[in-house]
Amino acid sequence: MAAEREPPPLGDGKPTDFEELEDGEDLFTSTVSTLESSPSSPEPAGLAEGISINSSCPKPAEVVLDDDREDLFAEATEEVSLDSPEREPILSSEPSPAVTPVTPTTLIAPRIESKSMSAPVIFDRSREEIEEEANGDVFDIEIGVSDPEKVGDGMNAYMAYRVTTKTSLSMFTKSEFSVKRRFSDFLGLHSKLASKYLHVGYIVPPAPEKSIVGMTKVKVGKEDSSSTEFVEKRRAALERYLQRTVKHPTLLQDPDLRQFLESSELPRAVNTQALSGAGILRMVNKAADAVNKMTIKMNESDAWFEEKQQQFENLDQQLRKLHASVEALVCHRKELSANTAAFAKSAAMLGNSEDHTALSRALSQLAEVEEKIDQLHQEQAFADFYMFSELLSDYIRLIAAVKGVFDHRMKCWQKWEDAQITLLKKRETEAKMMVANKPDKIQQAKNEIREWEAKVQQGERDFEQISKTIRKEVGRFEKERVKDFKTVIIKYLESLVQTQQQLIKYWEAFLPEAKAIA
Amino acid sequence: MEEHQDAGKEGKPSSTSVDLQGDSSLQVEISDAVSERDKVKFTVQTKSCLPHFAQTEFSVVRQHEEFIWLHDAYVENEEYAGLIIPPAPPRPDFEASREKLQKLGEGDNSITREEFAKMKQELEAEYLAIFKKTVAMHEVFLQRLAAHPTLRRDHNFFVFLEYGQDLSVRGKNRKELLGGFLRNIVKSADEALITGMSGLKEVDDFFEHERTFLLEYHTRIRDACLRADRVMHSHKCLADDYIPMSAALSSLGTQEVNQLKTSFLKLAELFERLRKLEGRMASDEDLKLSDMLRYHMRDSQAAKDLLYRRLRALADYENANKALDKARTRNREVRTAESHQQLCCQRFEYLSNSAKQELMDFKARRVSSFRKNLIELAELELKHAKASTLLLRNTLVALKGEP
Repeated sequence: MAAEREPPPLGDGKPTDFEELEDGEDLFTSTVSTLESSPSSPEPAGLAEGISINSSCPKPAEVVLDDDREDLFAEATEEVSLDSPEREPILSSEPSPAVTPVTPTTLIAPRIESKSMSAPVIFDRSREEIEEEANGDVFDIEIGVSDPEKVGDGMNAYMAYRVTTKTSLSMFTKSEFSVKRRFSDFLGLHSKLASKYLHVGYIVPPAPEKSIVGMTKVKVGKEDSSSTEFVEKRRAALERYLQRTVKHPTLLQDPDLRQFLESSELPRAVNTQALSGAGILRMVNKAADAVNKMTIKMNESDAWFEEKQQQFENLDQQLRKLHASVEALVCHRKELSANTAAFAKSAAMLGNSEDHTALSRALSQLAEVEEKIDQLHQEQAFADFYMFSELLSDYIRLIAAVKGVFDHRMKCWQKWEDAQITLLKKRETEAKMMVANKPDKIQQAKNEIREWEAKVQQGERDFEQISKTIRKEVGRFEKERVKDFKTVIIKYLESLVQTQQQLIKYWEAFLPEAKAIA
Repeated sequence: MEEHQDAGKEGKPSSTSVDLQGDSSLQVEISDAVSERDKVKFTVQTKSCLPHFAQTEFSVVRQHEEFIWLHDAYVENEEYAGLIIPPAPPRPDFEASREKLQKLGEGDNSITREEFAKMKQELEAEYLAIFKKTVAMHEVFLQRLAAHPTLRRDHNFFVFLEYGQDLSVRGKNRKELLGGFLRNIVKSADEALITGMSGLKEVDDFFEHERTFLLEYHTRIRDACLRADRVMHSHKCLADDYIPMSAALSSLGTQEVNQLKTSFLKLAELFERLRKLEGRMASDEDLKLSDMLRYHMRDSQAAKDLLYRRLRALADYENANKALDKARTRNREVRTAESHQQLCCQRFEYLSNSAKQELMDFKARRVSSFRKNLIELAELELKHAKASTLLLRNTLVALKGEP
């Protein structure tokens, strides 16, 4: 259990934000790394508390402390309100206990920049502040994926891309650097990040999908337009993937991401093949998850979550619908372009065979205009696709990631609930022992109760933590979404304006030619 | 030129494809048309001061089959062998759009009621446009006849215009259709035979030139017409794509809680308007470009037919010459051969003269019609592009102005 529960350092760090600065500093001086709490071992409740205080940051620990006290005296099955933020203002005034970590046992030990500490979004903050910070995040680092290049031959061939990073962040040693990465490296990065952050409620941007058909075409080496289109589409998708990933303040801090961006040698990503054993295992796991999800009946007591879940469900549906119709648009625009090109040729031929000089000339001009219009349609189809359609498909997949964290929250709740049920049983056993008057067994039962009480507390903490993280993450996600959509919509409309203006130019040039027919 | 009764759109389809300037002594128009199940009834109205007619103004109801009968009567009349017979109007064909409407009715449940209404509206507009075009084509046929100095004096034409009853022509039955088909094959085989096998020498440079020109021109204009149709079709599809886009955007907009709400709603409105513009652009391209090309394709076919008739006459003349030579050497039936040769010669010369004039008219007609339509096409494209730009700009300003 300990191994799979790596507390993400910053996530836990976030709530410190609206405490006084000294608390934060406190944290910096002490946090060389985050600490693994191991409440699974049977320990007295007090000890469990101590350990949880040691882990990562003071703030959540406080909440926990408070809850613990309540919990100790209250019924174990008590319905716990999920609205934890309400309690925070009261608690934040309390001085946080000095944190001195025991031995750092975690796998990840990121250096924590003061900047990123303040980056996470807190709801209580004013919008301007948030906006400022978000902008800061965006402009501090710029990532480009370029120069796709085929490496190797035959079925072992692959495409390598140049990943260039420009940044002023001090966490990187240089301000500009680039590395060569292949597609599976990107997938590897995503699966690493997902395994670390998804289950604690972070929305990890999904990597582009594998396409066996597309890649096989590239491998076979046909230099036709469909394979270049495929490569370009993938390049753009990878670029957007990385840009989204580094926009996330927590993911940006991740050592794996840094290694991916910086180091010249990257351990070869394994198990990313769609048809490998691991791939099949993944599919089985996914299926099992889906079954699990159906069996978990969670009585949602948090209206916010209920509303958000519904909202994302609707959004998903509508985006899918819109995406389908935009795809049809792209398809028809391409068709229009091809047909226009064909007509341009016919018009040119007609112009050639026309024996009236001025008319012949006008028809040739018309052919030229149509040729240019074909070009315009092509460019517009390109814009339709890369701006509009891809934005939608990105967001359809991002929303799947959002749903994923909602599912993880549900799992957390399930775990907590299970612990509560077990605790109840243990208490019943204890009561029976009391009645039966078996002192030796009473002691054992008490120990077990303590152990399970700790587990219940941990479950509750985990659940509250993930709920809190998700709230923040969804807030951040929504903000990004609004920004993304606004920017893209405006860019897309500008591309349409551009097209129409070119059309005006072409036809205006043609008009005197038509008038010159006499 | 007048407005068709239920013409709701700007622009007059009938005057678009072909330019005709006749004098006022015989004016023909189709003042009304009614679609009844699978037939269309055209009301043909005539104004004339020609002494032949009892009245100066009268109208009759005619069907498509009667137009075809009139056309065939012209084609079969030897007197008009030296003329380009105006191409017959195409059969009214609403099958395609009826089918689409039916498909939409059965349609899948995935589309919303609003989308359905819009698509239906779109199809109805398309139906109306086809209807108007059909009417216009029939009108143009009559107007060209009325404007032609020889063709307008035809007895059948008078009957067609004046006779109040049904002409009781029936549609061609299968045998006749097959016969017509065979005649066409024989004709083209004969044409190939005359030019290819017998090595007939063209005596006139003008016709030599016209022949090569028309052969090539006809194939190319047919090609251009086909492709222009495809452009138009994909343009229509594109316009239709805006319907579900707009619908999805507006439902996105209504459920959105943040600042994107207004953006989505504005975008939905934009696409709805763009759809109308794109649709109009497509139908204008259809009207100004495809239809014009189609008309001239048929006209050039009629011109080709004329050239064939002349060529046939030339071949007959040559054969008559040969027959005369043979008769002279044998000194038998010289007189009949002579008179036959004379007749052929006259006929050929008459055809050549008349055809020359007709072909020159054809060219003038073509040039002026292309000029008119291309100018109008460019102007309409400009108009729509400017309207789109304005619309897009306004939306952009509105979107950028939002917080």
